[in-house]
Amino acid sequence: MLIACPYCGPRDVGEFTYQGDANRKRPDPASPAGAEWERYVYDRTNAAGEHREYWQHSGGCRAHLVVTRNTVTHAISSVTLVRGDDA
Amino acid sequence: MAEYSVFSLLKNSFSGNRDWKPAWRKPDPKPEYDVVIVGGGGHGLSTAYYLAKEHGLTNVAVLEKGWLGSGNIGRNTTIVRSNYLLPENSRFYEHSMKLWEGLSHDLNYNVMFSQRGILNLAHTPGQLDDFARRGNAMRHEGIDAELVVGAEAVGRMVPGLDVSANARFPIVGGLMQPRAGTARHDAVAWGYARAADRRGVDILENCEVTGFLREGDRVVGVTTTRGDIRARKVAVAVAGSTGRVVKLAGVDEMPIESHVLQAFVSESLKPVLHTVVTFGAGHLYASQSDKGGLVFGGDIDGYNSYAQRGNLPVVEDVASEFVAMFPGFSRVRLLRSWGGIMDMSMDGSPIITTGPLPGMYLNCGWCYGGFKATPASGWCFAHTIARDEPHALSAAFTLDRFRRGILIDEKGVGATPRLH
Ligand SMILES: [Zn+2]
Repeated sequence: MLIACPYCGPRDVGEFTYQGDANRKRPDPASPAGAEWERYVYDRTNAAGEHREYWQHSGGCRAHLVVTRNTVTHAISSVTLVRGDDA
Repeated sequence: MAEYSVFSLLKNSFSGNRDWKPAWRKPDPKPEYDVVIVGGGGHGLSTAYYLAKEHGLTNVAVLEKGWLGSGNIGRNTTIVRSNYLLPENSRFYEHSMKLWEGLSHDLNYNVMFSQRGILNLAHTPGQLDDFARRGNAMRHEGIDAELVVGAEAVGRMVPGLDVSANARFPIVGGLMQPRAGTARHDAVAWGYARAADRRGVDILENCEVTGFLREGDRVVGVTTTRGDIRARKVAVAVAGSTGRVVKLAGVDEMPIESHVLQAFVSESLKPVLHTVVTFGAGHLYASQSDKGGLVFGGDIDGYNSYAQRGNLPVVEDVASEFVAMFPGFSRVRLLRSWGGIMDMSMDGSPIITTGPLPGMYLNCGWCYGGFKATPASGWCFAHTIARDEPHALSAAFTLDRFRRGILIDEKGVGATPRLH
C-alpha cells in the first residue's frame, strides 16, 4: 500500500502510523458525559468501502493526514492535511 | 454404535470406501425456521449444534455465504488456551477448554485436539512478575499454569529457541499452560456441521443474507440469495463481517472495527517445535502443525480492512521476530500467507447478546481469539437464543457494557481496537 503524502509524494505504508477513524466528531469538551460521548468513544461506522481515517507520516515529514481509503480494496482516493479539514 | 468408529472403517474398507454418507446434507431452504443463524463459521455451527443438543431446538438453519470453512474458522492459527487474567474471560475460556477436551468424542469427529501446551515468553523481570500474577489468577480459577523461571528452564522446554544472553531480547522465563494446544481447524467446522446436521439442522451453503425481514421494529427473517427465509429468531455470528451485516438491519454503528490479521505457514519440517510458543518482546505466536508446517502469526495490520489480505510491513515484522526467537529457522521457506477479518471490539472482549433489535441475537467482537472460543461461544450463544437471557458465563459480554462503563479490557489499553 502506498500513501501519497501531500509533501513527500507516494511513500510506503511502513512510513505511516494509523491514527483511526476520522468520521467521528469529538463532542464539546465542556459537555457532560452522556450518549454523545459514549458514541464518540465506542461506536464506529466500520464501513466496508470508502473510509475517512487519520494517518501520520511518522517516518517522514510527520504531517497529520486525512486519508480516504476503500477498506475492501485498499485503494486510496484522497489524501489531505488534517489542518484545514473541516468535514 | 458411533457412525465413525474402527468398525465402520473396517466395514467400509471392504466396500472400497464407496458407501460413506456425506458428512452433511445439502438441503434446500425451508420457508420458515424457529432459528436462523447467519454465518456458517465455527461459532455459527457450534451454536446450531448446542441449540439442537442442549435446548432441543432442531428446526434451525445455518446460512453461509460461501462454502463451509471459507471464513475465519479456516484462517486462524488453531491455538486453544485459557490463560487469561480477568475472571470473566478465564471462566468463559476455561469452559471452552473443557468442551475442547471432550469434543472429538462428543462430535464423533476427530478434531485432532493436541494439548501440547502454550509457553508465553518473558524477556524482562517485570514481565515475569506480570506472568506470575496472571498465573496465580489462573490457578485461583482452577486453571493450570506454571511459571518457568530462567532461560535454561525455557531452553529445556523448547529446543532451538535462542535462550542465550546474546539474543536480541534475552529470555528470562515464561508462563506455561500445559493443557493448552492446537486443534485441526477445518475438522472443527466439519465436525460441528456434521453433528448439527445429524440432529436435523439445515446447513445452507452459498446462501448470502442480503437483508432482514422486519415487522415494525422486530426482525422476523432474512432475505437471501436463495430466497426469503422467515424465522422466530435470527442470530448473527459473522465475525469480521458484523459491520456489514448489521447495517442491513439498519444498525449503522457498533463498538467494533474490522481489521485484517495475517497468518503464515512454512514448508513442512520434521518435528521440531512441540509446543505453542509466543514471543513476549513483540507479538508472535507459533506452533508446528501435524503436517510439519510452522504455523505463525503476529499483529493485525493495524488499519480498518475488509480485504482478506494484508501488507508487507507485518510480514517483515513477524518474520524478523520469528528468526530472533529461532535463528535456525532463518532459511525455512514460507509456503503460504493469508488474511482473515477480525471483529476488533472496543475492549478486546467478545459480545454475546440479545438484540440489538427485537428478534435478533448477536455474537461478535472476537478480536484475535475466536477459534479457541468456538465451543463455549456456541454453548453460551445457544443458551442466549433459546432462553432469551445471557448464560452465566457470558453475562458480562453484553452489548450495553460499553454504555454502562463495565468493560473487560484484558490489556488495559482503552477503546483503541487496533491495540487489543
Ligand atoms: Zn510526508
